[in-house]
Amino acid sequence: MPILTDRKTQTQYDAIVVGSGAGGGMAALILALNGAKVLMIEAGRNYDPTVETPMFHTPEQAPLRGERTPDRFFGYYDATVGGWQVAGEPYTNKPGSEGAFWWWRARMLGGRTNHWGRISLRFGPHDFRCASRDGLGVDWPMTYEEMHPWYDRVEKLIGVYGENNGIENAPDSSPGVLLPPPKPRIGELMARKAGKKLGVPVVAAHRAVLSQPLDGARLAGELFPGNARAREIMARDMSLRAPCFWATHCVRGCSIRANFQSTTVLIPPALATGNLDIITDAMVREVVMGKDGRAAGVHYIDKPTRRDRVVKAKVVILAASACETSRILLNSQSKDRAGLANSSGQVGRNLMDSVGTSLGAHIPALEDLPPYNEDGAGGLHVYTPWWLVREHEKLGFPRGYHIEMGGGRQMPTTRSFGMLDAKAPGVYGSRLKEEARRYYGASFSFSGRGEMIPNPDCYCELDPHVVDQWGIPVLRFHWKWSDHEIRQAEHMQKTFAALLSAMGGQATPRSGREAIQRPGEIIHEVGTARMGAKPGDSVTNPYGQTWDVKNLFLMDGAVLPGNPDKNPTLTILALAWRGTEWLMEKMKTGTL
Amino acid sequence: MNPPEQGFLSRREAMRWLAGTAAAGSVAPAAGAPGETEPAPPALPGRHPVHDPDFTKSAVFPWEKQFTPEELRTTGALADLILPKDELGPAASEVGVPGFIDEWCSAPYEENREAGEVVRGGLAWLNTESFRRFGRPFDEIETPERKVMADLICDEATAAPDLLTGARFFKRFRQLCLGGYYTHPATWKQLGYVGNVPVAGPYPGPPRELIERLGLQDVV
Repeated sequence: MPILTDRKTQTQYDAIVVGSGAGGGMAALILALNGAKVLMIEAGRNYDPTVETPMFHTPEQAPLRGERTPDRFFGYYDATVGGWQVAGEPYTNKPGSEGAFWWWRARMLGGRTNHWGRISLRFGPHDFRCASRDGLGVDWPMTYEEMHPWYDRVEKLIGVYGENNGIENAPDSSPGVLLPPPKPRIGELMARKAGKKLGVPVVAAHRAVLSQPLDGARLAGELFPGNARAREIMARDMSLRAPCFWATHCVRGCSIRANFQSTTVLIPPALATGNLDIITDAMVREVVMGKDGRAAGVHYIDKPTRRDRVVKAKVVILAASACETSRILLNSQSKDRAGLANSSGQVGRNLMDSVGTSLGAHIPALEDLPPYNEDGAGGLHVYTPWWLVREHEKLGFPRGYHIEMGGGRQMPTTRSFGMLDAKAPGVYGSRLKEEARRYYGASFSFSGRGEMIPNPDCYCELDPHVVDQWGIPVLRFHWKWSDHEIRQAEHMQKTFAALLSAMGGQATPRSGREAIQRPGEIIHEVGTARMGAKPGDSVTNPYGQTWDVKNLFLMDGAVLPGNPDKNPTLTILALAWRGTEWLMEKMKTGTL
Repeated sequence: MNPPEQGFLSRREAMRWLAGTAAAGSVAPAAGAPGETEPAPPALPGRHPVHDPDFTKSAVFPWEKQFTPEELRTTGALADLILPKDELGPAASEVGVPGFIDEWCSAPYEENREAGEVVRGGLAWLNTESFRRFGRPFDEIETPERKVMADLICDEATAAPDLLTGARFFKRFRQLCLGGYYTHPATWKQLGYVGNVPVAGPYPGPPRELIERLGLQDVV
């Protein structure tokens, strides 16, 4: 794959895109397909999944048998370069914060799209009208109906398996958009059966993994009807992606391009247009403003040489990840010294993550089963959409969660046999192997991903005392869960215990406060420069254009006004595509 | 041990980096007091072999293994007693378990340093106990004698109070044996893991007879 490493840039671009993940990749692709000259700037290193992904690598080839360590939190074979700590790039938490926020950063081309779970759920009609329904948070400046066609487009472009189940607030895709889901594994079928007993639906998951080849010609024709060059490039590139061969976990990335990563799906065709330049290892510190009050370009630190550089463009798009985008705005100069595009005072505010907690148990019925291959799509095949949409008054918490689940015989890790301490104490020799075989994979667990409501205690701001190794002021975080999230986590625990019990297992639910995972740990942080219908209470308009600077756009999770229980990547992609089309329209008419 | 490669940190640099982060408790942010964040690890020139491994090449193991040849012999003898060669698979020593335990106990992370204390102390304890009973260290006594030793300490719940050190060691050691043994592909078939192979066409799903055995026909 021709990822650029040539550090030469042109003197003037149509657009600069800061960041190469979901939002940045999408913006760059759509611009480049339409003939705009684009410079993409990535803070991390060049990364090529087609040659770098550890496909089929086995644990004995890795340090500590591939087990997770504090510096490779998801195991040695995780795709991420970066993590909750990045060498030389600290962040801090403000005194008074209830729990430290963990800030995940990928420092690689494609950002965190190289590592994510590929869970691709549409936000639903209620999610866009949340405040109108229960008075909490804010409504989005658009409806689901407006977003529906953009979700269809994104799902066609990246390939998403799933099923239309007609469940309230878990929208169906248009006919022919979704790819067929893989068959559920045995534990997933047991969970479905348990769910039936309890009234908890267990349906096909929606994940950005190709369960069959893409018909590039048809899809590109539908996606880019008026653009012959885009059709040609996309038809070829989409057809080159291989379908999943049901091995190698998605967290490692995918060399055959069967799942969605910006580096396998968005950036290659964008480069094929000849309209995209990329520089990696370039850390943007601020947006450079012109005397006319418009963005002139960006100022970055060229990491290899440690020199300051400025590049210029007609439009600047920030898609550096929610908090990093806010950090760039706060570090940029503005007349009021409050940070750029921050006349509303909302930059850095409204920080949200997902509510997460999990519970697992030994399931006797899964013991000693005849083996079959359970690797599957390198992630879950089924999930539970929020099923109590109309029960919130009774429940005592206002927003829902979805349930992820898994178990069975996945590739063994050094921690796969902990159960034997309790199940087979004192055993050694050949009998220990029999016990290992019996109990291996005989467990199942559930994880919740719930909606958090923005609150005034959760935000990030510049730390007045600390700079990173590039001399750039760092973020400091402040956090406090509200009772909404704590009660929701408690409900998750009780539900999971009931499901496990219906599967024949035994698990003790923990209290919500005890069970809720750390702020930032679910890596769904969004909201720190939200979009809105009018200036004053939001940073951008419904298309990501900042209210204060007409040629400055935000196209990542920062703009999300809420954080529904559906993982944000699909919506970031849809908003970026929609915003980019709007931006191009304005450029054409000269009204930007 | 692989030599450090061009563009990578030398092992010494890597160790310094790891030592710094491990001393801070953990590289992941603070699990401790609210409002506290661990300092970021220091920036070093070059690419770190654990933080950013090059998967196109053989893995680089940045820390020194610490076991002496004598400790490794004791480790091998006990590991092969716990997971012997039989019709259910190879012996622990045939799939690198002693080397894995050495590596695990030598790693600079908090959990590993704790395991190292338990295991290395336990190996020495085992030899002394073997010397007291049989006049020779554990790796020089015969298999029936080794079983006598193992039976004394294999279960924390039934071990004599003066042998509890050994029992705690045995439990931790057995965990590491299982972890090292079953993370080697040579053990997978007999364990019942048959994945990590490419499959063409749609995912086949569980076999029909398995679905019927568990009574799941109605939810397929």
